[in-house]
Amino acid sequence: MAVPRSSKMVFWMFLAPVLCWLLLLIVLPHIDLLVMSFSGENDLGKSTWTLQNYRNFFTEPIYWNTFLRTAVFSIITTLITFLLAMPVAFYIVKVVRPRLQGAMLMMLLLPFWVSELVRVYGWMILLRESGVINHFLVKFGLLERPIEMLYNDATMIMGLVYTSMLFMVVPLISAMESLDDSLVEAAYDLGSSKTVIWWKIILPHCKPGITSGSIVVFMLVLGNYLTPNLMGGKNSLWFTEQIYNQFIASFNWNQGAAFGFLLLLLSSLIIWIGLKLSRQKLGEVAS
Amino acid sequence: MIRSLPNSKGYRISYGLFISGYFIFLFAPLLVTCVLAFNNSDFPSLPWYGFSLDWFTSSGPERFGIFHDSQNLRAIWTSFQTAFWVAIFSTLVGTCAAFLFEQEKFPGKGVLYFLMLAPLVIPGVILGISLLLAANSAGTFVENNFGIDVPLFRPSFWLVVAGQFSFIATFVALVVSARLRKFDRTLEEAAMNLGATRLEVIWHITLKFLRPALIGSGAVAFLMSFENFNTTLFLVGSEPTLPINLYLQVRDGSTPVINAISLLLIVGTSILALVNLYFSKAKQ
Repeated sequence: MAVPRSSKMVFWMFLAPVLCWLLLLIVLPHIDLLVMSFSGENDLGKSTWTLQNYRNFFTEPIYWNTFLRTAVFSIITTLITFLLAMPVAFYIVKVVRPRLQGAMLMMLLLPFWVSELVRVYGWMILLRESGVINHFLVKFGLLERPIEMLYNDATMIMGLVYTSMLFMVVPLISAMESLDDSLVEAAYDLGSSKTVIWWKIILPHCKPGITSGSIVVFMLVLGNYLTPNLMGGKNSLWFTEQIYNQFIASFNWNQGAAFGFLLLLLSSLIIWIGLKLSRQKLGEVAS
Repeated sequence: MIRSLPNSKGYRISYGLFISGYFIFLFAPLLVTCVLAFNNSDFPSLPWYGFSLDWFTSSGPERFGIFHDSQNLRAIWTSFQTAFWVAIFSTLVGTCAAFLFEQEKFPGKGVLYFLMLAPLVIPGVILGISLLLAANSAGTFVENNFGIDVPLFRPSFWLVVAGQFSFIATFVALVVSARLRKFDRTLEEAAMNLGATRLEVIWHITLKFLRPALIGSGAVAFLMSFENFNTTLFLVGSEPTLPINLYLQVRDGSTPVINAISLLLIVGTSILALVNLYFSKAKQ
């Protein structure tokens, strides 16, 4: 017998809520975002179509500088996250004794179940001028007086790496788990060096994990508001802050919508390039 | 290299050191936050002035511990309610989506599936502002055409629920789909041959099979909602959720009461994680 075909009623029971969700909460709002970004008020205070919001973006250096800065920093952060996560994932899957594996994995995941705000707050307590690290450095005579370690680019990137680490480690671990040990052993027996084993066996095998991890991390970093705002302070110049300022502080929703749409374009573009480079589809990466 | 191959001692030691360093990096901020919650000081910093439970239990007038801090308590309660509804809605709709994409064939399936994955790659801030705009447009439309002012369309509790639901449902759908793919469909056929209707089959057989995935993804949805910041930031009305409320306090200068709340959050999530682990162990 063939797979049982569903009755019409059951089909609509599944389809209706999904359709409502996707149309009302995803499609319509983003169309509205696009429409708003192309509208503005003319001299008489009536709303019209205009390109002014986008023109503002390209004529004000502060806006597109922030935009480029955010993009470049997000890419750098993704790269650092990958470089840090790879040896950790490898250690847990292939090096540590199997008995410890579960406990280590558990310890790895635990901090990320705690709210991002708590984690950023922890770093602030550690790093600020009156913070714990300064306290010890001064006490042990390594510093004359406390220095401000927050509010610079390096700290901000470290914070972003910290908050998005999990989304790189987990896909890498699951990709690496399917790697057969005997491949590595065979290569070793045939005299391959470690570098060759990494380049020819481990990295190609983990490619799906690398792609999905990188995409998620990049997207999360690009759209992050909390970490740049609290750890980068006034110097952070993160693009989401510009959006927030337009919406909440200046109440210029049309300008904010244009910024939002540009950010959406940027993230889609870079994710698309990532998928093309690794020859994968979004559906494969998601599952 | 891997554990079955010989490694030099130096390599083993330096790799071990790297991993220890990594775990210190991971836990240092959480540990410091917890320890300083007990410091008898008005600021969340060293030096250590002695052990104190003031930031938990003190009822004023100089220090308000978390158990007497009505503003933060209200925010915790709001977060609980939000997370509860988001978990319910996401599990329901996410499960429908899993059934729809795993078991049904219909025109336009590919497009719809792509739309469902979209929230994974849309930054949370964008979801927040586009929903804010759409709700505002809908509110204006209804008011101009029907003369009714619908408070639902202004930043409010339910708008936050809708915003968080819009992307958390995708996660639930993916988790449930993965489980549904492992389901042996001959069981359904057998039940239908024995005269069950499709709905009865789903209720008695398929959903039973899916139960671990449903509970697990419901719990994850609850946690994701509880700590969401980016989307909530733009949709929140007069009742801030806990992350928003904490953010405002941290930005404008903090007292150790935030450490106390953080400690409670860390302990709470750890317990939840351990319970989850215990149940997944017991199942095996």
